[in-house]
Parts: sequence; structure tokens; C-alpha cells
Amino acid sequence: MTATTLYGLCGAALVGLGLYGLICHPGALRKILAFNLLGGGVFLLFGVIAQRGGGALTAAGLGTDGDPVPQALVITGLVVAFAATAIAVALLRRLATASRHSTLDQAPPGDPGP
Amino acid sequence: MTLALTLFTVISVSLGAIFFLAGTLGLLRFPDTLTRLHALTKADNLGLGLVVLGLLPQVAWPLGALKLIAVWLLALLAGATVGQLLGAAVPPEPGTPGDRATGAEGQTP
Amino acid sequence: MSLALAADAFLALLILGLAIWTIAASQTYGAVVGFVAYGLLVALVWVRLGSVDVAMTEAALGSGLTGLLLLGAAAHLAPLEAAERQARPGPWLRLLVGALCGAVTAVLAAVVLSLPEPAPTLGPAVAEHLATLGVRNPVTGVLLGYRAIDTLLETVVLVPALVAVWSLATDPAWGGRPASPGPRDPGSALTLLAQVLPPAGILVGIHLLWVGADAPGGKFQGAVVLAAMWVLVLVAGLRRPPALAGRPLRWLIVLGALVFIVIGLSGVWLAGAFLAYPEGLAKPMILAIEILLTPSLAVILGLLLLGPPVADRGPGT
Repeated sequence: MTATTLYGLCGAALVGLGLYGLICHPGALRKILAFNLLGGGVFLLFGVIAQRGGGALTAAGLGTDGDPVPQALVITGLVVAFAATAIAVALLRRLATASRHSTLDQAPPGDPGP
Repeated sequence: MTLALTLFTVISVSLGAIFFLAGTLGLLRFPDTLTRLHALTKADNLGLGLVVLGLLPQVAWPLGALKLIAVWLLALLAGATVGQLLGAAVPPEPGTPGDRATGAEGQTP
Repeated sequence: MSLALAADAFLALLILGLAIWTIAASQTYGAVVGFVAYGLLVALVWVRLGSVDVAMTEAALGSGLTGLLLLGAAAHLAPLEAAERQARPGPWLRLLVGALCGAVTAVLAAVVLSLPEPAPTLGPAVAEHLATLGVRNPVTGVLLGYRAIDTLLETVVLVPALVAVWSLATDPAWGGRPASPGPRDPGSALTLLAQVLPPAGILVGIHLLWVGADAPGGKFQGAVVLAAMWVLVLVAGLRRPPALAGRPLRWLIVLGALVFIVIGLSGVWLAGAFLAYPEGLAKPMILAIEILLTPSLAVILGLLLLGPPVADRGPGT
């Protein structure tokens, strides 16, 4: 059991936790938080794969000790995840302003509405 | 020489870690926000300073050392600002001069 | 069990504990604070995994800017939280979902424990031609050399993301200014911080951009630091957010993607393929892309944080 495998198991647990929060929390902001946890877990799994592929670069005399292709993918993923979170939060704030709800449930029939 | 430097690093970083521990104990045990802020900011600034001092012999002089000291100064700045902002946001205790509801007046010296 | 492994196990347990806190906290504000702390610890994990570039991006963007975005939303949505809590699913449904998520975790854990040995890697392939690109940081080489098309698509995708955020404005507010993130409070420590920190922060951002060619760093990390300094000045109320209809602002937003596409097209003419760099000109072209992309990225990230424009309430606000 190396440190890398340990972090891989941690990433797997984060994916499960994020999925649970995404499904079970009624509030949309908590869902966005859980979605970010889910994404973080997936990125950690990428990082584990990057670390296991290392060694060849330090042998070649270059700085980092990991497979650089998954690392580049994760950096791209982090930026896109931030943009997606920004759109989700903007949508949620507009929903809250327009309908005074912060959940995704339908309003019950007979509700006078905003 | 390197043995003495390594010993200095270990002692200094351990002292810094003890200060961090003390700050965390203060955070958990002190009764209200202002005392907890006091414990956190004092202990963390000194703790980080000791850790940085301990790491100075291990890095390239001068650029690496200057970067470490810059990290410490930036953490001091951030800690001081956050301490002031949190302290200003805490509502004052009833009966003290800052509280306007009960109208308690401060003693003039 | 060696000391390093014990430290790694402790770090992993801390991260799991913070993640459980983020899911289980009763107040959204507390959950977001836990999320920011979790993000900073994950940055430490990235350093332990040998990916310092990713660690910097995670600390600045994944934990810092995302945390700021979510804290603002949590404060804004706090009055609606009580209604949220009443809509929770029942205990049996939560147990079922928990069991299914546990199954997903078990499958992923089995995959992690049975990854092939020796690990397949593209490291040697990257190292082979890195010298012709003129950069010594392999991640920068992958981002702007081998997989430049991915970085181009990511840069281009940020512009419609920004337009999507703007499109949530009401019709009269289109083209106006976003809501100011904080009021101006002349005597406060935040004003002092916003006057003292940005010069140092801008230097750090430019340094991160420049040093990214040969050491961990690069344009994403530099752009995030620059965006953070701009947002700090706006949060302290020292400047108003910009009007979103201004031509110079809109040109600045598309500048990065445009320059990247133009350089890519010039590669068709000069070197035979889209985004191919001609012999000997690789390093200057990579530098040109990075230097012109950074201000564009910083402005886009800051504007994503500020949100859609709001209706102007008249003079004096």
C-alpha cells in the first residue's frame, strides 16, 4: 500500500461522497458543492495515474516527476469546472431572485407563484 | 556543520508546530470569538515564523530564503487583515462601552 | 509503515473528514468554509503526487476563486435555507442512495487497486521532443505543444461561458455593470489590504507566467492570481465593476482566443498543420500565446466571478 494507492482510494471515496451529496441534498447550492467534491475526486484519480507513470522524466533530467499528460488534462479540467460552477451559481441566483425558491422541486399546484 | 543546521531546523520547526498546537487548543477551548481570534493570530504568526526560520538553512541563499520570508510576511498581512475584519464583525457584549442597546458609557480616564 | 506513509494517511483522513463535513453540515455557509479548507489540503496532496502545477491551480482556482463564488452565493441565499431543509428525502431513500454510492466507491477502489504494473506512461514520449519546443516544464510543453488543441478549445469555451452568465441579466440591465461585490468602507482593514497587496500580487502573477516555461507555473496560475487581485480591489469597493458593453473590455475578452486561433492558422501556412510551430519559432510563438492569453484569462475569470449585470439604480449608488 503506497501513498499513491492511498490517495487513489481517497479519490474514490470523494467520488462516492460527492455523488451522495448531489443526489440527497435538496438545496441547489449544496448540490453544486457536492458536484465540486465529485470533480475533485475524479481529478485525484487522474493524479494517481499521473504519479504512477513518473520516473522517466526525472531520469531525463527534467523537473517534475509524473506523467505530464494527465496533469495537463487536470489543469484544463479545473478551469472548465470553475466556469461551469460560475454558470451554475449564476443560474441559481437568478432562480432565487425570480421564484424565491432555492431548490429544483416543482411548486405545488395552486401556488400563486412569484 | 550540516548536522548543526539540521538540528536547528528540527528544533525550530518543532517549536513552530507546538505554537500551532497551542493556537488550535485556544481555538477549541476559549469561550468566545475575540479570545479565539487572539489565540489564532498570535500563535499562528509566531508558529509560521519559527517554521520559516527553521527552513532557512535548508534552501538556496538568497533567493529561496527571500521567498520563504515573503511567504511569512504575506501570511502575517492576511492574518492581521482577517483578524481585524472578524473582530469588527463580532457584536459587542451587552454592558460594555461598545454596546449601544443598554447605553453603557465608557469610563473617561 | 514509514513516517511518510503515516503522514500521507493522516492527510487523506483529514480530507475525507472535511468532505464529510461539507456534505453533512447543517448550514450552507459552514459547508462552503469546509470546502475551501478541503481545497487547500487537496493542493497539498497534489504536491505529494508530484504535480506542482496542478497544486498551484487547485489552491488558487479550485479552492480560492471557487470558494469566493460559493461564499457569495451562500450569503445571498441564506434566507431560503429553512425551506430547503424541509424538502429532504426520507431516511430509507437516503440509506439506499448511500448504499449505491458506496458501491460506486467500491468499484473505483477496485480499479485503483488493480491498476496495471508497470504503469503505462507517455512521459518518455513527452521528454523526447521537449527540447525542440524550447520549454523545460513538461506540463507547459503538453499544454502548449503536444495538446495545444485542448488548450485552444478550453480558451474558446470560456467566452460562451461568460456570455451564458451575462445572458441571465434582465433585459434593461444588459450591458450594464455587475453588482459590486462589496461596499466601500474607508477605515477598514480590507481597504488597506486592497491597497497594499495588489502590486505584490501582480508581480507574483507575472512571475508565475514567466517562470512557467521552465519551472512549475504558467499562464493559468498567473492569470488566476491577477484575477484575484482585481477581484480584491472590487470587493474592497475601491473600484466599480466595469460596464460590460464597453468595446475595449469585449476586445480584451476575445483577444486570447483570437490570438491562439490566428497562431494556429499561421501554423497551417508555415509548418503544414493547424497549431504546428515552424522550426526554431516554437518558443517565441508559445511565449506570444501565453503573454497575450493571460490578461484575457484574468478578465474572463474575474467577470465570471462577478456575475450578470444588474439594473443601475440611478446616480448615488
